[in-house]
Amino acid sequence: MKEEIIIAGFGGQGVLSMGKILAYSGIMQDKEVTWMPSYGPEMRGGTANVTVIISDSKISSPVLARFDTAIILNQQSMDKFGPAVKPGGLLIYDPNGITIPPSRQDITICTIDAANESALLGNTKTYNMVVLGAFLKMKPVISMENIVLGLKKSIPERSHHLIGINVQAIETGINNVKIINKV
Amino acid sequence: MAEKLLMKGNEAIAFGAIRCGCDGYFGYPITPQSEIMETLMEQQPWESTGMVVLQAESETASINMLYGGAATGKRVMTSSSSPGISLMCEGLSYLAGAELPCLVVDVMRGGPGLGTIQPSQADYFQCVKGGGHGDYRLIVLAPASVQEMYDFVDKAFTLAFKYRIPAMILADGVIGQMMEKVELGPAKPRRSEAEIEAECGNWATTGKKTDRKRNIITSLALEAPVQEKFNLKLIEKHRKIEENEVMYSTYRTEDAEHLIIAYGSMSRIAETVTDMAREQGIKAGLLRPVTLYPFPKREIEAFAQKVKTMLVVELSAGQMVEDVRLAVNGRIPVNFYGRYGGMVPSPDQILEEFKKNIN
Repeated sequence: MKEEIIIAGFGGQGVLSMGKILAYSGIMQDKEVTWMPSYGPEMRGGTANVTVIISDSKISSPVLARFDTAIILNQQSMDKFGPAVKPGGLLIYDPNGITIPPSRQDITICTIDAANESALLGNTKTYNMVVLGAFLKMKPVISMENIVLGLKKSIPERSHHLIGINVQAIETGINNVKIINKV
Repeated sequence: MAEKLLMKGNEAIAFGAIRCGCDGYFGYPITPQSEIMETLMEQQPWESTGMVVLQAESETASINMLYGGAATGKRVMTSSSSPGISLMCEGLSYLAGAELPCLVVDVMRGGPGLGTIQPSQADYFQCVKGGGHGDYRLIVLAPASVQEMYDFVDKAFTLAFKYRIPAMILADGVIGQMMEKVELGPAKPRRSEAEIEAECGNWATTGKKTDRKRNIITSLALEAPVQEKFNLKLIEKHRKIEENEVMYSTYRTEDAEHLIIAYGSMSRIAETVTDMAREQGIKAGLLRPVTLYPFPKREIEAFAQKVKTMLVVELSAGQMVEDVRLAVNGRIPVNFYGRYGGMVPSPDQILEEFKKNIN
């Protein structure tokens, strides 16, 4: 198993922390992982992205040009990474940030209305966990049990009372992802 | 088995320092390595091991604090990124001139000048060939993973004390900023005063006892014959290091016809390129220098008898490639591919360049 993922959106949407939770959960499942962020001026008030690789075997390059999965949360990232999904791969996006929806026929395309779903949960900070849930539904590479362990490792202990709402948000994502195009 | 943690390369440096018995860290923040001091401050090792962590007023101050700490036989270190290392170069020359063991971590970013904050390997010349003045060398280790960022801290200190020479960990923004799995090795305590006296008492300023001559730390010798004698001593030390401390690794080189040579982050990307080339029927292999000084020149010379071409890949305009060409000495073509200013190539881009050069 090897899953190469790009997560991209605005700084503040929780792109980097979603990637970190996913990577830590991968370690909990005894996988090899890398987490490579954009740390340039873009993260200081612009787009942010992170490449996460989860694999059964040793990972060579942490830097990639093509991905199995792209999780896209704004239009700039759609323009940049929409074409970078491998044929047969997966693209998940939040329609709220997207003005030109993707039209590729050779990849699976899903939407997750994470902005609304996290608002309905009463905590918009869980936005990124709703998105993570959508990914886990489409690519169940990590078990829910290990995701919870990954959350515990990634979140400082003083915030562990928030793990419940985060798990709830992941479940919301699992239950509300919509498939637009399937290959 | 040790717990597996997810952390950045920079954080791993901090944990490596605390757990290898480091006595002091002096530094000044700069992207992309600020997490080193951030993590040290957060971990508060002065409460556990007694290690000092101090934010100095500048890079110049940091490197001179290192001179003071190292003179007493302590394990002391600093870290910075390219423009900050430029400011430290005078101090590095003095440390080498006074034969003081210490550790400097450089997480390189794009230059020249303030440049960019993104990854680069454009300080190879500065760190491997000098930077400061005079005939001196640093032992330079180039980690290619977060685990190695952790492991190399202890390794660098061990080598630095073995030879009484400053050591450097030369990383770049990719290795500093990315997160990977790390297993923390067993923690070593800081050495006691008695242990420091036993290890360094013949040169360090540990407090003069009545039973020995005073130890003087200086890089000044006004008489030319005295200085030349010292230079000869350094040359002999460098010869020993070149003889005994070369580290490198190879990947799929057994039957390779075309060799890629890369270090640090670029060796990771080049490993993927090697696999991609093999899938296309090209007999590619990879050699990764782990020590940049001493450089694996004999090993590269040996490969020049076996392979048809070499490609050196760097995040620079071509610096390590000069050492590869010296080792190959014109026997086979040595090609070069570089990206600059903080741009990092994808495996596909390197593969395209690789194929151009072998056809």
